[in-house]
Amino acid sequence: MIPLLAINNIAKAFAGVQALSGVSFELRPGEVHALVGENGAGKSTLIKLITGAHQPDSGTLTVQGQVVTDNDPVKSRGLGIACIYQQPALFPDLTVAENLAINLERGGPWRIINWKQRREQAQKLLQRVGAKISPDATVSQLTMPQQQLVEIAGALGADARILIMDEPTASLAEAEVANLLNVIRELRAQGVGIIYISHRLEELFGIADRVTVLRDGSHVTTCPMSEVNQAELIRLMVGRDISAVFPKQEVPLGEIVLEARQLSCAESGTENVSFQVRAGEILGLVGLVGAGRTELAKTLFGLTPADSGQILLRGQSLRITSAAQAVSYGIAYVPEDRRRHGVILDLSVSQNASLSVLKELSTCGILSSRRERDLTESYVEKLFIKTASIGTPVGNLSGGNQQKVALARWLATKPAVLILDEPTQGIDVGAKAEIHRLMGDLARQGLAIIMISSELPEMLGMSDRIAVMRGGTIVGEFSRADATQEKILHLALG
Amino acid sequence: MFRYQRELSVALAYLLLLGLLWFCAPKFYQGDNFWSVLVSSTPVLVAGLGMTLIILTRQIDISVGSQFAVCGVIAGLTARAGLPLPLVWLSALGSGVVLGAINGALVAGLKLPSIVVTLATMVTYRETLRWALQGKLIGGLPQHFQWFGLSQLSGQMVIVGTAGILLFAFGWALSNLAAGRMVYATGSDAEAARLAGIQPQRVTFQVFVLMGLLSAAAALLSVVVLPSVDPNAGRGLEMQVIAAVVVGGTAVTGGRGSVCGTVIGALLLSTIGPAMTFMGVAGHWEKAMQGAIILIAVASDAFQGRGRSRP
Repeated sequence: MIPLLAINNIAKAFAGVQALSGVSFELRPGEVHALVGENGAGKSTLIKLITGAHQPDSGTLTVQGQVVTDNDPVKSRGLGIACIYQQPALFPDLTVAENLAINLERGGPWRIINWKQRREQAQKLLQRVGAKISPDATVSQLTMPQQQLVEIAGALGADARILIMDEPTASLAEAEVANLLNVIRELRAQGVGIIYISHRLEELFGIADRVTVLRDGSHVTTCPMSEVNQAELIRLMVGRDISAVFPKQEVPLGEIVLEARQLSCAESGTENVSFQVRAGEILGLVGLVGAGRTELAKTLFGLTPADSGQILLRGQSLRITSAAQAVSYGIAYVPEDRRRHGVILDLSVSQNASLSVLKELSTCGILSSRRERDLTESYVEKLFIKTASIGTPVGNLSGGNQQKVALARWLATKPAVLILDEPTQGIDVGAKAEIHRLMGDLARQGLAIIMISSELPEMLGMSDRIAVMRGGTIVGEFSRADATQEKILHLALG
Repeated sequence: MFRYQRELSVALAYLLLLGLLWFCAPKFYQGDNFWSVLVSSTPVLVAGLGMTLIILTRQIDISVGSQFAVCGVIAGLTARAGLPLPLVWLSALGSGVVLGAINGALVAGLKLPSIVVTLATMVTYRETLRWALQGKLIGGLPQHFQWFGLSQLSGQMVIVGTAGILLFAFGWALSNLAAGRMVYATGSDAEAARLAGIQPQRVTFQVFVLMGLLSAAAALLSVVVLPSVDPNAGRGLEMQVIAAVVVGGTAVTGGRGSVCGTVIGALLLSTIGPAMTFMGVAGHWEKAMQGAIILIAVASDAFQGRGRSRP
């Protein structure tokens, strides 16, 4: 039998970092093939090579026996490859039929639309995925799972033989998952090959025929799903000892700085969260995407104020309803997605560094440029920020240095609690190590640090204690000594 | 140097125009032509100050012309009623603050888009005036109202002097006060500013209030020139003001620009008209020239923006 898709010994590097090397993969018709690995294992890169978003450095991609060269997104769609992401990519203000037609109908901009035919075709495709949705419904009024079904219908309409599903169930409830899995079984029976990526391992055992495990950009194994169990699979995904990479400084722990008691916030989905952090301690918050880590951080920082429960700072109960208030109490939050909101790209290094302490740097509202310069220069020196001058716009700095500027701004507020959301996401290895070293120094100076990271090795390496989140609440805690990747994953997966 | 590139290029364009006049129409520099350009551009300069703040925070206010008219009328009515001059000024400035606060509350409080809000208030204020006054001029003003009760020349000096002080004060404040920094931060990235502990909604509200106050100030500096107050004054002022700010190098996307640029932009646009007259070009080309200058300014911004694109 000719495989639908065959990848042979493929390799891809980004800016000197090897994202994939020597990976082979094969997808048969009528097969659900699970692709698993930790964050950063190379799953996304592999998908992007298949969909043509990236080109491989070496190795070959074969679709139904034909070698594909110079793959690009248009070409791969023509070959019958379709990809469905966690967040549906539909036009929210158009109807279902219109959304489906965008990918399906051919013709010039002046053709006359046959609305009847368009509706009928949409109806047919929706029926094929078993969706009870009207073709005239506006997409923005559909639920998330309904939107996903529309996307799948669209992929089928485009005659997709190879369907890639990237975390399709991450934001679905149990019943919706079951329904989606039925649709997938249906498609499999029709001979479609499906590459299925999910963090919910138990789900894979119910649906996948085979599984391929990636780790650090290499191919670990491919085997029938029936030959492995969940524990083995997790071990295959993790498979290394990482404690040596993150030199953790031993810091004596001080008093309890921040404590949350039964904290809930309907807006952010945070439910009944309780925890404590001490001075000098690094508390890691782990969980899958959507487990509510960033949401908890935002509630602590007053962006989505808590509805009930208590936040105590050094034993004093606080009501935090805005970021400005949180800052004044000594809580600092370095957000995820640094390029968007952590720093202001148009403003200079010194303007960014002083942004949260403008009051302290001014007398009667008049900003002292000398004090601003001194402050910035001291942090440029302490954090080794590489910049041409302190007047350079932050947008001209590298990612790691931007992150350090964001950090400098918060350190300038002399916070008691520092919340770091994905502090090392998307920055290079050297800058990462520096950030880790800095975190150690800050903890030693008595700061209480809450770190959110999707990288388990980083978590295990840096944290004194790890709290595992799932469904908006903390479901368990491990001390540094007890924590292993296996235990954490088991708890996080539920 | 790089930071003031836009301001420098506008200044250069202005110098070029002045140089051209020196050679082609040296008569322009005789008499008080330059002085009258300065006097007549004060309303645009002062309102432009407020507009600079508004555009820096990534908002727009097209109701300035109507605010200007309302405040001028209130000054006229209170003066005619016999109130002492300081009270006349206070009531005009006060109504400016109220009008600005209405815009600010709608934009910052209800988070409505400023272009729609100020379009609505522009029409509302203007129509209310028309309904109340039936388009009649407010005459019969007391003697001391015109030129602040001074001679014409002293009055003009007070007008230009006041505008100068306001421009200097706001220019200095924008770069030296913490509040000025908050304006830039809010305009560059409101969400990032919020995460940094600044309250962007508050900044936006305050900027609209200042805009109202400065519209009123512009109205006060302009009503004293004539013996009566015209409720139709300020029609099209919003376009002149926005043009001055944009030509002066303030980015319509917020966060970048300066008072200095607005001053040069306003002067450039208001010198064009008289300059053309002196060079013997037909007067109806004035608006077309102004349009061309705005287009050039915006286009050069786009090209520079492209050069500045980040990885």
